[in-house]
Amino acid sequence: MNLTAHLVRHKDAIVDRWFDMVAETYPADTAGFLKNKKDPFANPVRKNTLAGMKTVVAELFGGMDHEIIRKDLDPAIRIRAVQQFSPSEAVGFVFFLKTIVRDLLHKKYPQLLTDPETLPAVLDLESKIDEIGLIAVDIYVGCREKIFDLKAKVERNTVYKAFHRAGLVVEDPEDGPHIRPV
Amino acid sequence: MSDLPKPEEMLKTDRRPSATGWMDTPVEIKKGIACYAGNPKSLEYVGLPNPRTWSCFDEDWQLPENWQEIIHEGLKERLERFRSFKIFMDICVRCGACADKCHFFIGTGDPKNMPVIRAELIRSVYRNDFTKAGKILGSLGGGRKMTMDVLKEWWSYFFQCTECRRCSVFCPYGIDTAEITIMGRELLNLIGLNIDWIATPVANCYRTGNHLGIQPHAFKDMIDFFVDDIEEVTGLKLEPQFNKKGADILFITPSGDVFADPGTYTTMGYLMLFHFLKEKYGLDVTWSTYASEGGNFGFFTSHEMMKRLNSKMYAEAKRLGVKWILGGECGHMWRVIHQYMDTMNGPADFLEEPVNPITGTKFENARSTKMVHIAEFTADLIKHGKLDLDPSRNDHLRVTFHDSCNPARGMGLLDEPRYVINKVCNNFYEMPANTIREQTFCCGSGAGLNAGENMELRMAGGMPRANAVKYVHEKYGVNMLACICAIDRAALPAMTEYWIPEVDVTGVHEMVGNALILPGEQKRETDLRLEPLPGVEAETEDEAKEEEADE
Repeated sequence: MNLTAHLVRHKDAIVDRWFDMVAETYPADTAGFLKNKKDPFANPVRKNTLAGMKTVVAELFGGMDHEIIRKDLDPAIRIRAVQQFSPSEAVGFVFFLKTIVRDLLHKKYPQLLTDPETLPAVLDLESKIDEIGLIAVDIYVGCREKIFDLKAKVERNTVYKAFHRAGLVVEDPEDGPHIRPV
Repeated sequence: MSDLPKPEEMLKTDRRPSATGWMDTPVEIKKGIACYAGNPKSLEYVGLPNPRTWSCFDEDWQLPENWQEIIHEGLKERLERFRSFKIFMDICVRCGACADKCHFFIGTGDPKNMPVIRAELIRSVYRNDFTKAGKILGSLGGGRKMTMDVLKEWWSYFFQCTECRRCSVFCPYGIDTAEITIMGRELLNLIGLNIDWIATPVANCYRTGNHLGIQPHAFKDMIDFFVDDIEEVTGLKLEPQFNKKGADILFITPSGDVFADPGTYTTMGYLMLFHFLKEKYGLDVTWSTYASEGGNFGFFTSHEMMKRLNSKMYAEAKRLGVKWILGGECGHMWRVIHQYMDTMNGPADFLEEPVNPITGTKFENARSTKMVHIAEFTADLIKHGKLDLDPSRNDHLRVTFHDSCNPARGMGLLDEPRYVINKVCNNFYEMPANTIREQTFCCGSGAGLNAGENMELRMAGGMPRANAVKYVHEKYGVNMLACICAIDRAALPAMTEYWIPEVDVTGVHEMVGNALILPGEQKRETDLRLEPLPGVEAETEDEAKEEEADE
């Protein structure tokens, strides 16, 4: 049995532990709320984060389809991108998977960590987690760019409208410029 | 491998305040959350205290030397003056029912955004200064002294509350945390702590009659632009009336809808409705360039400022000699009208009890204020079959409705807008029950927080709403978010752009304008946004082909 086949049996436990660790990146009172409130509309952070995690874990042990990971991880990162986390805090939770997998292997399959035949598979899995981490960085930067874009739009509209109201903006005439023949 | 640091250790993500409770964890004022301070010129204009140039990121906030005394006296005065405030200070048992109901708590994950803790910010000082237990027991009794750290915490968190009152729906004692925020902001204003997105609109409104500082001629110019656009769509030249003495009805709406998309299309909807009613039933509605603002940012400053800015509504109605006032789609404007106006600036005994002259309906909810909400007015007209509507013109829209906080929770206006929407469009889908009606989630930008510099806060606060919109988008293909609030129309487009860009934002009366069949209008080929109506192009091509064939 290969490494993935062993780990995939613990898929749900991995997601649960991962979510708990992510919840604990929030202050204690918030972490309790995130873990315990199950309604998807009363606790959208849980809903969106868990959904992304389930996909990521499935892809980690499956096809590693970047587009699927990007799409489903987006809502979780999009939330953290506006939550006063530093950039590393916002995306770094992806790497918690390494701890979870290492702990699981230590606990359940210690021989896989020492067996020279399976060790490359462990390292390969960790590299896949790095790949997911890089996708998370892309998503995060996209979210921040959108925030700056929205801020710029507010400023631009404010200035433009002030100029417009002051009569300083002259629209191009619809029938083109009136150029007199020389 | 066991000596290697774990990823979570490298990230140092454990932000949990393990050693200190909320009371001893000092506030960190952050960019993206905080708003810019009020412009001193704006403060001076309306006589607000301590005008100066300052920033919340500065160490020194340039406060008056006796600021603690001013806050203490201010708190004392308000405890004596407002019975509800005194009760709210005393009766909370910290059951936590409100804790996870705030969109800012859900969105930011910051526990100090739990309504109970937001209220405790003032309550702790109240206990220390005004209760025996607090005086004797100090922090053991939940009391604490007013220090600079506490003041900064007040400033930060009272400007992270949109006064939406969702928390109050869940409080078994009926504590209204919005009122506590209102008091908090009022106290902060006593020592010159305000934000510019409130202070400058207040000064503008006082000086020129509206938040944007638009002078009367520019206000009329903008309406004239809409008249041109409506002519392009319908072939009809409308003639709105301004400041007309002896008109039946004075119409007042937030100025934001006259100057910012997509609210402008809602204003076009109003213009078309009034034109229809004039042509068909002779109803005489006038706009005012003096009372050219429905919104009231004084409400976010102090009771006195709210009263001052609101007074122009009755003053203008009296000057023009109208029968009653009709109000447009707005949020906090309606909370001020419904809950405060009559007490502050009434009685409006020079106005008549509002009756719809076309249907004969008495608007009993508006008996004391003499001011009717346009959603109720239009719903009444439709109910009596007085409007000619073609809802298929909105067939390209799959609509959901965001209950704006103040009309929903502040005045119970829940069914009228839904009735109108269902009559002017064919595809309407509700969001989940715990995100609409009384339990509606705020847009995250109300109560003066619709600035640009706090975009992260706005997006976090808007997230629970966006989450529900996304659900109906994915389930039913919803592509339009309708609302009856000008702040919503200004704020929600940014929210949807960040969270769910496939969904656009509209006012209800924009859809009314699209569906309304005006007497003598040309065949419509575009909607009010001048975008081609679906199906019309194909139809026109078919007609052209038929004509060719006939020839």
